[in-house]
Amino acid sequence: MAATMTGRVVVAGASMGGLRAAEQLRAAGWTGTITVVGDEPHMPYNRPPLSKEVLAGKAPFESLAFTPKEAAADVEWRLGTKVVAARLDERTVELDDGEAIRYDGLVVATGMRPRRLRCPGPLDGRHTVRTLADAQALRDELTRPDARVVVVGAGFIGCEVAATAAGLGVREVTVVDPLPLPMVGPLGELLGRALLKRHEERGVRFALGAGVAGFEGGGRVTGVVLDDGTVLPADVVVESVGSIANAEWLQDNGLDLSDGVLTDDRLRIGGRPEAVAVGDVARFPNARYDGIPRRVEHWSIPTDTAKHAAKVLAAHLAGADDQLAPFAPLPTFWSDQHEFRLQSFGAPVLGKDDVRVLDGDPEGDVLVGYHTSGRLVGVVALGGQAAAMGAARYRAQLLKSPALTV
Amino acid sequence: MKVVVDMNKCQDHGQCVFAAPDVFSMDGDGHLVYVSGPDEALRDEVEEAADVCPLQAIRVEA
Repeated sequence: MAATMTGRVVVAGASMGGLRAAEQLRAAGWTGTITVVGDEPHMPYNRPPLSKEVLAGKAPFESLAFTPKEAAADVEWRLGTKVVAARLDERTVELDDGEAIRYDGLVVATGMRPRRLRCPGPLDGRHTVRTLADAQALRDELTRPDARVVVVGAGFIGCEVAATAAGLGVREVTVVDPLPLPMVGPLGELLGRALLKRHEERGVRFALGAGVAGFEGGGRVTGVVLDDGTVLPADVVVESVGSIANAEWLQDNGLDLSDGVLTDDRLRIGGRPEAVAVGDVARFPNARYDGIPRRVEHWSIPTDTAKHAAKVLAAHLAGADDQLAPFAPLPTFWSDQHEFRLQSFGAPVLGKDDVRVLDGDPEGDVLVGYHTSGRLVGVVALGGQAAAMGAARYRAQLLKSPALTV
Repeated sequence: MKVVVDMNKCQDHGQCVFAAPDVFSMDGDGHLVYVSGPDEALRDEVEEAADVCPLQAIRVEA
């Protein structure tokens, strides 16, 4: 079988998903060439610390870089280079330096980029947090004396940045969001209220139920104008208002790119056995739940999708049947804010209408269960270190079959 | 198979406990404890635990 494994797999995207895909292709027996193309100048690195330890000045780049597995030591890295187009019928991708690379297998791992606010006003002083360069630029601003910080968007990244800024001792930090509670979209009201209280107790201010109409300032931002006319003075603005899939390069191939790239239950795109997608750009059905394709921007997803997709692709390239069950990962993520930690296991977003306290109290350490049709689909722990231990007790229940049907 | 966790890096997130509960667990104070020489049959889940460690503190040796 090894004799048939010549040729090239191109991995488009050199973040965690791209790295894991390369490693898992080797683990799945692919012995041909692997070329990973990534637009950042860095080897793959760990992004979650960007909104926390890196902003706080506690994590140098060396501590963020992933250590690739030995089996992936011969992977060819094309860094500082972007894939700008693909012709899937010809099994070719085009790079921004004009080169075209033919492939036998393709892994789409191009991830997301931050959405920007499109409203009037200066751009200078407005930041996003996705890359190391973003985080370094924001850190320089947060350490300005007496900085007044406005964070637009009360999701995980916005709340992490606000907590880090408060910890750095900025003069004031205010989080703006049109929704009535922080992180209410993914976590629901019970934890949204508990989190609001914890942030407020630690000096973070909130302007909730408010949209942003524009920015004040000449050359540089001096204030954020809310849609009721209120102006929040600001020296630094952080926009954490969601993200956009880096999938435009796949246009004109007949793919569904309405939100990331649509895959089947084996993570293949466009019905092509030689092309798969991994990480948060992949919109995949999860057989553990309702089978509706979704993008999932959770920590564990690059690893889980890479493992499954690599097996699918390596089997196809070897002319074998992958014999895999449909993809059914258990998503997990965590978020550190101030001195407390959120840990999520499963898909709480699918069970927001039936939220029950499983253990503890929202005022302290608490374990919350999310249910659909009476079935537990997600567990979130909020509190100190011991909270995750409680969540682990529900592992078997969260992994239980059969899959949810809606 | 040998598992080594850099306890200077570990922050007790417990992602590994979910990935490989036969190898990683939390003690009564919420601190990580683990089996350093698990059965070879557990390799897949141990590798998964190492991959999803937020601090990349887990090393799996042959």
